[in-house]
Amino acid sequence: MKRSDIEKELAEKFNLQPSQSEQILDTIIEHMTEVLENDGRIEIRGFGSFFTKSYGSYEGRNPRTGDKVTVSSKKLPHFRPSRELIGKLNDED
Amino acid sequence: MTKKELADVIHTKIGLSKRESAEIVEFFFDITKDRLSKGEGIKLPRFGSFRVQNRKARKGRNPATGETIEIAERKAVVFKPSRFLRDSIDKHTD
Repeated sequence: MKRSDIEKELAEKFNLQPSQSEQILDTIIEHMTEVLENDGRIEIRGFGSFFTKSYGSYEGRNPRTGDKVTVSSKKLPHFRPSRELIGKLNDED
Repeated sequence: MTKKELADVIHTKIGLSKRESAEIVEFFFDITKDRLSKGEGIKLPRFGSFRVQNRKARKGRNPATGETIEIAERKAVVFKPSRFLRDSIDKHTD
C-alpha cells in the first residue's frame, strides 16, 4: 500500500479534500520524525513503538576486500510491533 | 509521543476538530495494521516501509527451566527506515 492509497481512504472516510489528507499525512510523518530526532519515543497503542538507539564507533571490515574501516558512531531508528499487531498477523486474536 | 499528541498537532496545524483529528489518527494506524495483517507492505516515503516477513520454526529453550521448546513458524513485522529518516536522526546527534 502506498501513501496515496492511505490518503484516498482517509479522504473517503472523513469527507476531506485530497489536499487535506495530503496535509494530514505530511503532518503525521513530519511530527513523528521530529520526535525521533529529539530522542523521543513514540508509542502507538495497539500498533507498536518507535525509538532510537545510539551505537558507538567501531573497527569494521569491508566484507568484499577485507580492509579495515572505522565505522563512526551513529543513531538509528527502530520499530517494535505491539503484541496486538503480532497477534493479528498470526491470527491469534 | 502518543496518538493523543499526533491528534493535537493535526488539530492545531490543519484546523480539524480535536475529535475528528483523534479519529483520523486512529484510522491511520488501523488501516496500516489491517493491511499488514493481510500480509501487505506499506510504503511511507521519507519515513520508511513496513513489511511482513516469515520467521521459520526453530527450537528454543525456556531460559528459566532449560527445557527445549518448539517455536512455531510465525510472521513478523519489519520496519525499514528511509534513508531520509536515518539521516535526519543521525545528523541531529552531532
